[in-house]
Amino acid sequence: MPAAQPAPLTLVPPAAEPAPRTIVDIRNLTLTYQAADHPVYALSDVSLSISKGDFISLIGPSGCGKTTLMRVVADLEQPTSGEVTVNGMTPEQARLKRAYGYVFQAPALYPWRTVERNVMLPLEIMGLPKAERQQRAREQLELVGLAGFERKFPWQLSGGMQQRVSIARALAFAPDLLLMDEPFGALDEITRDHLNLQLTRLWLSTRKTCIFVTHSIAEAVFLSTRIVVMSPRPGRILDVIDCDRDLPRERTLDIRESPEFQRIAHRVRDGLMEGHSYDD
Amino acid sequence: MTTEGTIKKALPVAVMALAVLVLWYAGAVWLNAPTATDALNRAGPGWTTADLIRATLAMKRPILPTPDQVALDLYTSLTGYPVTSIRNLLYHTGVTAGAALAGFGMGVVLGVALAAGIVQARTLESSLLPWVIASQTVPILAIAPMIVVILGNLGFTGLLPKAIIAMYLCFFPITIGMVKGLRSADPLTLDLMRTYSAGTAQTFRLLRLPASLPYLFTSLKIAVAASVVGAIVAELPTGGQAGLGARLLSGSYYGQTVQIWSALVMAALLSVTLVAAVGLAERALVPGGRGGAR
Repeated sequence: MPAAQPAPLTLVPPAAEPAPRTIVDIRNLTLTYQAADHPVYALSDVSLSISKGDFISLIGPSGCGKTTLMRVVADLEQPTSGEVTVNGMTPEQARLKRAYGYVFQAPALYPWRTVERNVMLPLEIMGLPKAERQQRAREQLELVGLAGFERKFPWQLSGGMQQRVSIARALAFAPDLLLMDEPFGALDEITRDHLNLQLTRLWLSTRKTCIFVTHSIAEAVFLSTRIVVMSPRPGRILDVIDCDRDLPRERTLDIRESPEFQRIAHRVRDGLMEGHSYDD
Repeated sequence: MTTEGTIKKALPVAVMALAVLVLWYAGAVWLNAPTATDALNRAGPGWTTADLIRATLAMKRPILPTPDQVALDLYTSLTGYPVTSIRNLLYHTGVTAGAALAGFGMGVVLGVALAAGIVQARTLESSLLPWVIASQTVPILAIAPMIVVILGNLGFTGLLPKAIIAMYLCFFPITIGMVKGLRSADPLTLDLMRTYSAGTAQTFRLLRLPASLPYLFTSLKIAVAASVVGAIVAELPTGGQAGLGARLLSGSYYGQTVQIWSALVMAALLSVTLVAAVGLAERALVPGGRGGAR
């Protein structure tokens, strides 16, 4: 670069704390669908704004619409009314631009592909050259602690390892937004603790924005910067709890014994109780 | 594998084969006894049961030939003449195998194309599938001579009419299996392709097609056996001089039951070989060896 060239960028003071950019904006979202005899209100007037770098957990009992909400953000469901923007675009535009990686409840790996080729799948669809596909797959597998398993087939791996492969696959094309639908729901508690720890480290090191659906209060409090408590019939938001103030960003499993952690968990539980009608 | 393991595997097979042989000999004695009794009576009285059994097992034109008669006929046919000779059964097997494989190839193309169309377009499912099913309710023995006559009029003779009849029998299981296979992909994996904004063609190539392979190979095993039946049936009305079907026909004209049974054994061996070949191809092409229809 020629020396005479002015560098206007340096004139702007380096923003240490820039105003957090909104990644996902949900406004008055309603989704109803017609069941056999009556309409089902899967989501009713849901509004939520998610900033860059947030780790948002959606928690609530079955049927509260937490998965549906995330599927709307991913353009896998169409809302009845309301507005959703992802990176300032409609969910469909965002999907077509591959703005997010999605981790499903089940690993959803292709049994005929090796672990490495599973992670390479989105890159293959994007048309990346083979050498780059391979290199990125190796990097991502190393990030989730699965270096050395490239040539294995999915059924040769444990459930927890399979779900880590599916996280590596979602990260492979470097999306800024990671959507996770109860990724550890089917795993035992020890594996789940371990993966929670890995996930929080991964989130700190990659600075992704995460939306995480879970049934587990401890998991939600441990991972999140904000917890969204939802309630069924109709699916709506009851409470949004900020964990960032009371808990450090960098967390270890010990934090779960701290009074702050217990207080937040208690508030989540209260919210869930309030929204749950026990008459049925 | 240990010898003990081999014995464990081979023992049931050997017992079964032995049972079949015993039943076969018993059947030969029972079925051939009336004719043999007549012959012995004509020769004179005073024959024993042992004479009768010996006679039933060594008849020139038995109702049911014995396994050793069939084996001897196969041996002389296969070793006594060059492979290009019309008296060698291998030559006839080759002719039938050629027609069956050509028909099988055409059936795979037709069956997979139909299945792909049916899966990709709902209208094709409602318009095409009833015809596909109806086509299989027509007895192949009734329609085969017509196909031969019509194609003969159009100037097609030899391998093509036979291959078309073989194809007619074998595209059906391929279509049905492939439709099921192409739809077997897990809904989650289809959602996954959507999150990658993969197109229809990419989803087909990267997900639906590989997911269908276990189903396809199950169908292919049925289809390749059916193609042999189709080729043999097609050889009956053509009046051809070559092929296992022609051997069956000439055998029944001249009451040569041993010749019929030899041709039947060769047809069975041909089918077993072809099904085994499809199984080997499956092993090579379906990695992982888990999941799907099996």
